Amino acid sequence: MPKVFERPHALKDVSMHYCPGCTHGIVHRLIAEVIDELQIEGKTVGISPVGCTYNNYEYFNCDMVQAAHGRAPAVGTGVKRANPDNVVFTYQGDGDLAAIGTAEIVHAAARGEKITTIFVNNAIYGMTSGQMAPTTLLNQVTMTTPFGRNSESHGFPIKVCEMLSTLEGVVYLERVAVNDIKNIKNAKQAIKKAFQIQLANKGFSLVEILSTCPTNWGLNPIESLKWLQDNMMPHYPLGNFKGKDLEV
Amino acid sequence: MGEKILMKGNEVIGEAALRAGCRHYFGYPITPQTEIAHYMAKRMPEEGGTFLQAESEVAAINMVYGAASAGVRVMTSSSSPGISLKQEGISYASCAELPAVVVNIVRTGPGLGGILPAQCDYFQAVKGGGHGDYKMVVLAPCSVQELYELTVEAFNISDKYRILSMIMGDGILGQMMEPVEFKDKEEIIKVDKNWAVTGSKMERQNNVITSIYIDPEKMEDHNLKLQAKYKAIEENEVRVETYNCENADVIVAAFGTVARIIKNVITMAEKEGIKVGLIRPITLWPFPDNEFQKYADVPKAFLTVEMNAGQMVEDVRMAVNGKKPVHFYGRMGGMIPTQQDILNKIKEILKG
Repeated sequence: MPKVFERPHALKDVSMHYCPGCTHGIVHRLIAEVIDELQIEGKTVGISPVGCTYNNYEYFNCDMVQAAHGRAPAVGTGVKRANPDNVVFTYQGDGDLAAIGTAEIVHAAARGEKITTIFVNNAIYGMTSGQMAPTTLLNQVTMTTPFGRNSESHGFPIKVCEMLSTLEGVVYLERVAVNDIKNIKNAKQAIKKAFQIQLANKGFSLVEILSTCPTNWGLNPIESLKWLQDNMMPHYPLGNFKGKDLEV
Repeated sequence: MGEKILMKGNEVIGEAALRAGCRHYFGYPITPQTEIAHYMAKRMPEEGGTFLQAESEVAAINMVYGAASAGVRVMTSSSSPGISLKQEGISYASCAELPAVVVNIVRTGPGLGGILPAQCDYFQAVKGGGHGDYKMVVLAPCSVQELYELTVEAFNISDKYRILSMIMGDGILGQMMEPVEFKDKEEIIKVDKNWAVTGSKMERQNNVITSIYIDPEKMEDHNLKLQAKYKAIEENEVRVETYNCENADVIVAAFGTVARIIKNVITMAEKEGIKVGLIRPITLWPFPDNEFQKYADVPKAFLTVEMNAGQMVEDVRMAVNGKKPVHFYGRMGGMIPTQQDILNKIKEILKG
């Protein structure tokens, strides 16, 4: 019988360490499927972030560099400038990308650096156990906003796609979610397009992926998917911000 | 014989890097080293290389981290406050064993300080300005010719040991013009960089560059590996110049620009019948302990002269190990020790 479903080759056959219900595993798989389909495993270099996915070099079957907090776009810039034929992607969370690494992502984007960023937004710091992220919603309770995030004390959540969409160096920008089958399929198409943009040497591409953090949200996996849909999606609308009709 | 031309110190560093095969430069402007960036901005495209003005020193050193991970020869340069910002990346690159060259044309501090020459970053360079147990090879040229030669050497040492090398000069060296003789061809050591991330091409196992080891046993093993490497460098890579030390009444320790002043002091002192010697560490790490021990019985005392509040003097004291008194004379804030002031200090020491 022909196989109709199998583990992507770009994903190692090892157990992941993520919490039950966490969607990092889904995002990893989507990236690996895209790498397989585009047949770029041998030329891909991934940049791992800090945070929950600091060691995703143990999961992806390609060359990887582990970067300091927030610096993945700068490290990716160095890798890409050294070997422009490599396909370089950074994998970053919201604390990494939208707090400590804001300068690096904004300027890599502004330069039109020919790298692809996979930005996983779960509205909270995961690995350090649930503090406020730049993407934490107003009224959301975290370890450092125990009475809920309020704009007076804590400022407003950052909408990364909207912010980056003003930059000329950005070629492709899309926000997706991994909360149901339809959205997961859309997420894969967006990731694939982002990699294709890089392969076509067009410029900077980023996919923001709305994800869950059941452990630090204090919800079970099913409730988390619903919370994402009911609370994150209204504030972070899904859709394409740039490059929708670009032929690659 | 190669060509001999009159060139500015900062520009020579850029040209030396190019001749050493460096085709990637990431930096951020700061006085008094900005001419390195100016030079690279023009010359790198001519040589088919990358010049990139980063958004910050933090980004620049992390671009270096990426390029070094990819196996190319890469350099960044800055001056004191900028080097402080680079310390994060320096610590990470040290743990990940990445070869690269970092240039620090030192200005005064602390804080934003001033833009005039100083040697106040000695501790930061040789004792580890970033976190963790790590070392960089630190080379301290004292002439434009040496800026050229040691920059080339820095790339070779870095590749040989998979370590960061720092060229540490000061604003005088960076800004001064002197004749410099270039070789027709540089000796560039070839090392196998099979560890680099270049894409596996499906022909080898995946390469990973990392600086994190959550398992304490693995973290300790990695630290032990680093320490063994540092020991090998200490045994093999010490560079030092000694001058007039054999019968010296006082041996002066000085590095970089200050060492040049000491050579004039030696001439002045001779006219007054005072014999002064000089030990000039060229590698500030590894430190030339053996050279100080070798001459420890010769003079009545040692004197360390620096453009700081007294930093290398601590290493000199450790190297002399109590055999003789070690005195210190220093100026700060961009003030430069004069020959007469240093001679007066030597006389004061000899008077007892």
